[in-house]
Amino acid sequence: MSADVPITEVDLQAYVDGRLAEGRRGEVETWLASRPDEAQRVAQLRSQRDALRALYDPVLDEPVPERLIRLAPRGSRARELALVAGWVAIGAVAGVLAGWQLHAWQAGRSPAMSEGASIARSAAVAHATYSPEVRHPVEVGADQEKHLVAWLSKRLGARVRAPTLEAAGLSLMGGRLLPGEGDPASGAEPAPVAQFMYQGARGQRVTLYVRTEVHGHSETAFRFAREGGVRVFYWIDRDFGYALSSSDLDRTHLERVAELVYRQLEP
Amino acid sequence: MDERQAIVGLIPRLRRYARALVGDRATADDLVQDTLERAWTKFHLYRGGTDLRAWMFTVMHNVHVNRVRAHRPTDVLTEDMPETVQRAAQGDSLMVRDLERALASLPEEQREVLLLVALEDMSYDEAARTLGIPIGTVMSRLSRARERLRATMLELPVPAKLTVVK
Repeated sequence: MSADVPITEVDLQAYVDGRLAEGRRGEVETWLASRPDEAQRVAQLRSQRDALRALYDPVLDEPVPERLIRLAPRGSRARELALVAGWVAIGAVAGVLAGWQLHAWQAGRSPAMSEGASIARSAAVAHATYSPEVRHPVEVGADQEKHLVAWLSKRLGARVRAPTLEAAGLSLMGGRLLPGEGDPASGAEPAPVAQFMYQGARGQRVTLYVRTEVHGHSETAFRFAREGGVRVFYWIDRDFGYALSSSDLDRTHLERVAELVYRQLEP
Repeated sequence: MDERQAIVGLIPRLRRYARALVGDRATADDLVQDTLERAWTKFHLYRGGTDLRAWMFTVMHNVHVNRVRAHRPTDVLTEDMPETVQRAAQGDSLMVRDLERALASLPEEQREVLLLVALEDMSYDEAARTLGIPIGTVMSRLSRARERLRATMLELPVPAKLTVVK
């Protein structure tokens, strides 16, 4: 079937937002198939949408400040219910703070936890940005794996390895170097970050985000985060922080891959 | 469900939108607070059965526009003047900060449309009603916002018709 009605910018925007009827969507896809530049642009706009979700959706899970709930008119049922809900959240935090864990929690876990949360967010945004890329998903391909690993190790200033995930049905596509995180407090130079990309037989993509840890020697268990449509398992192991991201694999499957990565990278 | 309860239930979404719109958490929550105050005062004007979410986001849009006007010269709402908002993002990767900065550099009215559609997942018609603008304007602002964000993130030259004019 040919597209009788010309494809417009409005169609392309609606395609990005998943708002086209099935027939029209097919026409747009046919149109894009013969226009690689437009297809690339549309893929980038889709990943931009995912990146925005990954960046701001976590706000939905933050506890609502009580001052906002207290604004509801006095005596309204909504206010009473919301305040009860608010107090439950506050109560849980207070319980933790009052408990004997306070010292350990403040002294040991808290910094590692917040670093972990930032790595999950950064990894999810990087995943959403590069995993939909059709033409340039990686800077250096898996065919040059030795060069890739040597190059990334040199730039990170530490020996990094690309784990083999064939056991999970994922092949290494290659990797890229990403601008890393600086420390605005100390003005430290941002250390670059490595991203390895893997692909499964059905085109499922998984990325492994590796950064060197400034503070080092802290360790965390696996943690799971959902940043927009991206699922992330992340952990810190000695001098490295890792985050494994995918929008295609479900949580159980991704956790199995994370274990595979962990076992291989264990020093 | 009680509509007042529904308003309280919308707070997390209002906070997400506000955070993306103005950047830092404190300013965003101030915007949400002003929005809720206005909504509770004007609640008698809400017509039951109509879209409560669109109504709340309209209230937030009006509050936001007034706040921006109060703090800046009136011409900031033109398409040609990018907002520069400093955001604290310690510990986040440069890519996260780049995306926040790129979003902050969009003209106010383009950012609103983009966020209602991409983040709040509104239909174009809902976004048009929320902002009180024609749907064609929604589409052109959406397209320009996305193109500008894409160009900034990929370090492409910003399309000529969108360049900053003093």
